[in-house]
Amino acid sequence: MERQKRKNPVLRTRLPTLPPAARSRVALGLTAAAALGRFELQQCRDCGTVQYPPREACQKCLSTNLAWQKQSAEGEILAETTLEHSNDLFFRERLPWRLGLVKLDCGPTVVAHLHAAAKQKVRVRAMLDRAGQAVIAALPQQETSDMADDRQLREFTCDPKHRKILVTDGKTALGQALIKELVSHQPEIVWVGHAEPWKKFAGFEEIRTLPQVTLVPLDVTDSKNVREVAAEIAGKVDIVVNNAEVHRSFGIANRPGVESARAEMDVNYFGLLRLAQEFGPAMRSRGADGRSSAVAWVNLLSIYALANFPPHGTFSASKAAAHSLAQCLRAEMRPAGVRVVNVFPGPIDDEWNQLLPPPKLAPAALARAIAGALRDGIEDVYPGDVAQEWLARWRDNPKALERELSA
Amino acid sequence: MLAAPVTVPYVRYSIRSAHWWLARAFSEVLKKSNLEKDAVDGLTVSSFTLAPDTAIGLTQHLGLSPRWLDHVPLGGASAVVALRRAARAVQAGDADIVACIGGDTNHVDSFRLTLANFSQFARDAVYPYGAGGPNASFAFLTAYYMRRHGAKREDFGKLCVAQRANALKFPLALFKKPLTLQEYLSARPIAEPLHLFDCVMPCAGAEGFLVLSESKAKSLKLPYARLLGTIERHNAFAADPVQMRAGWAIDRDELYRQAGAEPKDMDFVQTYDDYPVITLMQLEDLGFCGKGEGPAFVRRHSFTHDGSFPLNTSGGQLSVGQAGAGGGFLGMVEAIRQLTGEAAGRQVKKAKLGLVSGFGMINYDRGLGSGAAILGTAKT
Repeated sequence: MERQKRKNPVLRTRLPTLPPAARSRVALGLTAAAALGRFELQQCRDCGTVQYPPREACQKCLSTNLAWQKQSAEGEILAETTLEHSNDLFFRERLPWRLGLVKLDCGPTVVAHLHAAAKQKVRVRAMLDRAGQAVIAALPQQETSDMADDRQLREFTCDPKHRKILVTDGKTALGQALIKELVSHQPEIVWVGHAEPWKKFAGFEEIRTLPQVTLVPLDVTDSKNVREVAAEIAGKVDIVVNNAEVHRSFGIANRPGVESARAEMDVNYFGLLRLAQEFGPAMRSRGADGRSSAVAWVNLLSIYALANFPPHGTFSASKAAAHSLAQCLRAEMRPAGVRVVNVFPGPIDDEWNQLLPPPKLAPAALARAIAGALRDGIEDVYPGDVAQEWLARWRDNPKALERELSA
Repeated sequence: MLAAPVTVPYVRYSIRSAHWWLARAFSEVLKKSNLEKDAVDGLTVSSFTLAPDTAIGLTQHLGLSPRWLDHVPLGGASAVVALRRAARAVQAGDADIVACIGGDTNHVDSFRLTLANFSQFARDAVYPYGAGGPNASFAFLTAYYMRRHGAKREDFGKLCVAQRANALKFPLALFKKPLTLQEYLSARPIAEPLHLFDCVMPCAGAEGFLVLSESKAKSLKLPYARLLGTIERHNAFAADPVQMRAGWAIDRDELYRQAGAEPKDMDFVQTYDDYPVITLMQLEDLGFCGKGEGPAFVRRHSFTHDGSFPLNTSGGQLSVGQAGAGGGFLGMVEAIRQLTGEAAGRQVKKAKLGLVSGFGMINYDRGLGSGAAILGTAKT
């Protein structure tokens, strides 16, 4: 894929449109799975029939005892077409558009978006489209190095390639791992925020010398500073990765006063709010700005945002607040097709989690998970074994998890 | 018996609602049969754009008080199914004279809105995929059929060209210019392998006819056609991964048995022709040739009203236009005209028996409803 030429700023920017977003409630099961990067179809708990499109009852035995279950994604193209005409604005602007009728090994025949290199035997994925709703895309069976460059696939993903990225905090171990990881995905530019720019931090020199990196003084607790940085770069940023956080241990009784909790909220919650207010509007206006449009907003949350972990009680509360705000941001960014990606890691292997037993998530692994989620178009990321286990427990029984975490 | 075939002249776009078109169809049927409104005591209505109303709302809208009423929202299968229900009602004495009407309006943006909300499956699993509407679905079927059975674009083109020739002799057809095979082949692509002239043009229009007993038709001195056999089947062969056949293949022996006839006895055939591949599927499933022999059949025959296999003699939807659910009525109304000698310049000579086929509702990846009827002249 060629990098996009610099745009004439006088010319009109294409306004964002969305593909058809209406779905029945039962069809949102596909969206729920796609948000996690999973391919699930409805399966009858009584007779085992796999069916698609989603229904309210099993088409074989009429049972209403249906579950969304992981299915084999292998299939074969039965027929294909290339649309040269569409009745919808979003697709009209993106014609021609390749579609296929794919017979899945697990049973159903599905209509799917076809990757340009998909031939005969394919692997399907449930992916979120720009409207935030799941669609099925058929990809080549074997992964190729330039697979993510596909023009159609790029409409479903948030690939960092050729995009301009802001990482809000370059000082932490995770921030530095993120920068190195993102740089390996051929971004156009990576702006790296660092609060208190008069202090050199560990790793500063290494990051500064990366050709893609530009350091910007950025303190998310300082409204004026955030506004100034946004005035300079918000109209160019395609991906925001907000990894700035404050993490203190202890809950309520073991720490007097509210100062630590307030500091956590000021960065973890109000920091997100400040950034969203200053960067959000400009990004919304660039949701369809060519092949390298504004595309994603990543929030570093925590698995503790789902259920409070009392030993890190105030931190959990600040992340729960940020999670709630991120849902609001997601709704506000959706009309522009800009995806809000929430990342829910378990304990990161850093100084604030010193007393927690392994497994802990290495910053580099978390950085890889975040870049992978952007490339694959995933919306909710639960990286690592701890996060996956907590997610499974939470989905199974939230009350049980509350008891387990407070034990 | 079937009588009083009417077509309300189609237009590409209309500012009227479906109620206007259905009212016109109903009043044309009355005019043609010289009946008062109250003499019609049964009514079937087929329409996509009548919403939020259904048939019952239309009774008050038009000041009718039928003692038998049915709403038949089955798209291209509507006319055959409406005929079946109406014939049983007349047979059972539930109604004496049933008017079957079907039609739709077409505002500049109504086709897009119809597509977006056509069915739950379409909204969940088809429309978000490029919003191509039925063009995309039929492109799959056409591509698969071509690969499987060796059909060429020329084969589909031959049908389209012949239907256009028929349409030039049907004054109400929206397409007035001759079509050559070269023009067909070089038309712009819509959804490969479909090009412009493979696709029906949505329009506004309405159609109607009466169903009544033979004695009633005679006492009213109405020219009529006779219903000799009819079948209906829905969601047939659901396990086929791609639709290559529909309900006719299950029920056709029953159809011909009822009529005491065979495929070769048919003097003309009116297929549901929203895309030419569907015509081939019907000709195969209805026994005019074997499965996959459609292309050879097309190459062997000519399809104008004076050809070796008169097909869609008014031009079909491909050349008249697709007036929503009215499209399902086009072939039925034309068949009655042919069998009552009203087809003017496109009259099939000595037409005694004709077959009308209906096919409707692309709910997800295939048409669900299929039906057919064999009609004969009053003398049969």
